[in-house]
Amino acid sequence: MPNSETHFGAPRSRVDGRLKVTGAAKYAGEFTAPDLAHGYVVSSAIAKGRITAIDTAAAEAAPGVLRVFTHENRPTTAWLNSSYRDEVAPPGKPFRPLYDAEVVYSGQPVALVVAESFEAARDAAALVRVTYEHAPHETNLRNVLAEAYVPPKERPGIDPPPNPRGDAAAAYAAAPIKVENGYHVAPEHHNPMEPHATTVVWEAGGKLTIHDKIQGAQNTQSYVTSVFSLPKKDVRVIAPFVGGAFGSGLRPQYQLFLAVMASLELKRSVRVVLTRDQMFTFGYRPDTIQTLALGADREGRLQAVMHEAIAGTSPFEDFQEVVVNWSGLAYHCDNVDLKYKLAKIDTYTPLDMRAPGAPLGMFALESGMDELAHALKIDPLELRLRNYAEMDQNTGRQFSSKELRAAYRLGAERFGWARRSHEPRSMREGRELIGWGMATGVWEAGMQQASARATLTAGGKLEVAIATADIGTGTYTILTQIAADALGLRMEDVTARIGDSALPTSPIEGGSWTAASAGSAVQAACYAVRETLLNYARRMENSPLANAGLDHVVFTAGHIALRSDPSRSVSFADAMRAGGVDRIEQEETTAPDKGNMAKFSPYTHAAVFAEVRVDEELGAVRVTRVVDAIAAGRIINPKTARSQIIGGVVFGIGMALTEESMLDHRLGRFMNHNIAEYHLPVNADIREIDVLFVDEEESKANPIGVKGLGEIGIVGTAAAIANAVFHATGKRIRELPITLDKLLD
Amino acid sequence: MPVDPAATGAAAASPAGRAPAMQHRITLTINGTRRQMEVAPWTTLLDLLREEMELTGTKKGCDHGQCGACTVLLNGQRINSCLALAVTKDGAEVLTVEGLAAADGTLHPMQAAFVEHDAFQCGYCTPGQICSAVGLLKEGHARSAEEIRELMSGNLCRCGAYPNIVAAIEQAMQQAGVAAR
Ligand code: FES
Ligand code: FES
Repeated sequence: MPNSETHFGAPRSRVDGRLKVTGAAKYAGEFTAPDLAHGYVVSSAIAKGRITAIDTAAAEAAPGVLRVFTHENRPTTAWLNSSYRDEVAPPGKPFRPLYDAEVVYSGQPVALVVAESFEAARDAAALVRVTYEHAPHETNLRNVLAEAYVPPKERPGIDPPPNPRGDAAAAYAAAPIKVENGYHVAPEHHNPMEPHATTVVWEAGGKLTIHDKIQGAQNTQSYVTSVFSLPKKDVRVIAPFVGGAFGSGLRPQYQLFLAVMASLELKRSVRVVLTRDQMFTFGYRPDTIQTLALGADREGRLQAVMHEAIAGTSPFEDFQEVVVNWSGLAYHCDNVDLKYKLAKIDTYTPLDMRAPGAPLGMFALESGMDELAHALKIDPLELRLRNYAEMDQNTGRQFSSKELRAAYRLGAERFGWARRSHEPRSMREGRELIGWGMATGVWEAGMQQASARATLTAGGKLEVAIATADIGTGTYTILTQIAADALGLRMEDVTARIGDSALPTSPIEGGSWTAASAGSAVQAACYAVRETLLNYARRMENSPLANAGLDHVVFTAGHIALRSDPSRSVSFADAMRAGGVDRIEQEETTAPDKGNMAKFSPYTHAAVFAEVRVDEELGAVRVTRVVDAIAAGRIINPKTARSQIIGGVVFGIGMALTEESMLDHRLGRFMNHNIAEYHLPVNADIREIDVLFVDEEESKANPIGVKGLGEIGIVGTAAAIANAVFHATGKRIRELPITLDKLLD
Repeated sequence: MPVDPAATGAAAASPAGRAPAMQHRITLTINGTRRQMEVAPWTTLLDLLREEMELTGTKKGCDHGQCGACTVLLNGQRINSCLALAVTKDGAEVLTVEGLAAADGTLHPMQAAFVEHDAFQCGYCTPGQICSAVGLLKEGHARSAEEIRELMSGNLCRCGAYPNIVAAIEQAMQQAGVAAR
């Protein structure tokens, strides 16, 4: 039935590449309007308390200043908490900027200065004087562990830990080999290179066109319409390019609220761009403290898994992510007890960050497995094979597909794992200790309901449209490939339109589900176009395709041709003429198959192998080689797919070695709030990253057999590196990042 | 009026009394076109490009010289334009990402290499990476992948496109007849 695929599976350069390398791609803070005013945010200096006075006189008197907004003069917005809840909000009361005098976290926006120029706004912002009444704050998760609680309300889409199975405590007590430890990964900030920004273009009559840094234009649209009580037709969100997000653009952030508020009040266009410092004043990867206990028999077969995590959340929302559940499905074990709790600290609500929860939980589990392998003197890869999970024991379902064994094998071969010597500190070159470590990665292969429109013109040009996003993932390109294949066109004849709230409904781009969701919807819409086209062709007088069904024809080079005799064909243009139309437009909606979802668990898997070199005297760690073997169903575009995995691995290297948002508990504030002190990996930190995709037949997770790649690359990476550091040095570091002080102890 | 850039760059440092900004006349050649303009003493070259000239190809990632997203070529040398006050660059020649391709739209070899090697994802660091790489080639210091990595480390890429960036630069270097490796 499908056309022969020329583009699906082929390494294609990005269709938006030219726009990006010439500087023509426009990001949220780069749209403009003749009447554009600039907003600059004033951030709170304390973590908790009240504003007792806010003096804006000097700022208002500064040249070029149009208005200073504070909680005292902000316009009225929606009353109900629910009006502020966006598509992916966790349970709780969403933060309302400039709502009242309360300060609930450090860096909270307390004023917006709007001026004729960016410099004037920034200058005047420094003149706003805020007087506070401090209240005692607590930002140290370790001090509130005793108050940890099971979230009373689940966050939609986030599974709580499964019920315990077997008797983990008894099995653990009886197990001959045990490891039990605490693990911690430092809080991290997403730090996309593009700071968050919103440009609101105001039109007389109050219509708004909003350019927002968001992973789903419709999430911004529904937030704005509900918070500001505006009709949908008056709010259009256009975000064609997003300068990285990694989860930071899932929820509308406060600059959006402030820009819209100011625009509506001033009746003119307003742009608000956050500074890099202010990028540390909203969501982050939560502080999560974990304990893990593994019990095994002498052959290394897991007898008991107990994993508990306590994560920090804000005073106002119960952020939740999946941290411990992975420990119940990554390996076979009949006695499992998993717990996930929250504790409140006085920061902003954490926010999903690339593979939310998974690299944290898998750092603990995969470190624990490495410790077990060492204790048993079993090769770490062999230990994983002995505990291979044939089904998802958390749910009792079969995996929709799982070629992790192949990933282990091919990854190990590529890496040369067989040459590894078991003992730590057994490999060195000069004063550098060399270590090899590995880990498993796992992530959901989700699909969401989505709608897409396909429009074919008589001239043979196809446009596909859906309100999803491309945050660097390659969405434009893969949708173009899928659409071109469906109608046998060249990619140059296809345009993908995304990033616009006026397009057919799509979920936010997140959860690694965009390829599956948007891709399936686009394919379905194109297939509907094909059907219409064939119907027209069949009805032509003396049609060579009179009796042909979809199975009997191919769509190629602007023609519908008989499979059995390609010389018998009808051109798209002739078919449309016969149908009396000059374009065919179809919209289709696709959703996960309920029957399959009830029976199968769709997951993506990875086998990560890492080599580190550790300077014995200085403690400096370099990751010299990573092989990441991925089982992710069908790969639409090996070129962009590889980039996705490389990006995830680089994130994992950052998590393992450098990234750490440090809280100054005295001030209740992240203190390294800039990218000189928050260490993102730089070019010199990254060496060879070898990505392999193993063949995996996937037919249940979604119609196009893909699994998504945005997140799997990070999941096992930090653990593999920590395991390699142990192998190099004999030091087991259970607190990431592995900075040199931890190795010099 | 003499201008002390050090005293006028920062947010809170505009003159007390806040009289309307004294504008300074400067001349810049931007992407081959000579332009005269009036700038405030505190306007950075980056903000001048982005806000006044609507050349938004040059990006702002930090405004503090920490990320390299704002890299442009100033008289052929790569600089962080967020750290340069426009008034101090009177008479200079500025080349931004918008000025790299040929007039007929043919991409600069570095741009083409970036597309071919998928040396970007979100694209936000890309103009800075490309300008930086063009400057790097001109400097002639980088002879190996190792050196490229080191000398490109002022340009952060959160998407982690580094291996592909290095591959793209190596290709462009070879095309330019500079030995890599
Ligand atoms: S914006 Fe200039 S270095 Fe970051
Ligand atoms: S391509 Fe996104 S930051 Fe480099």
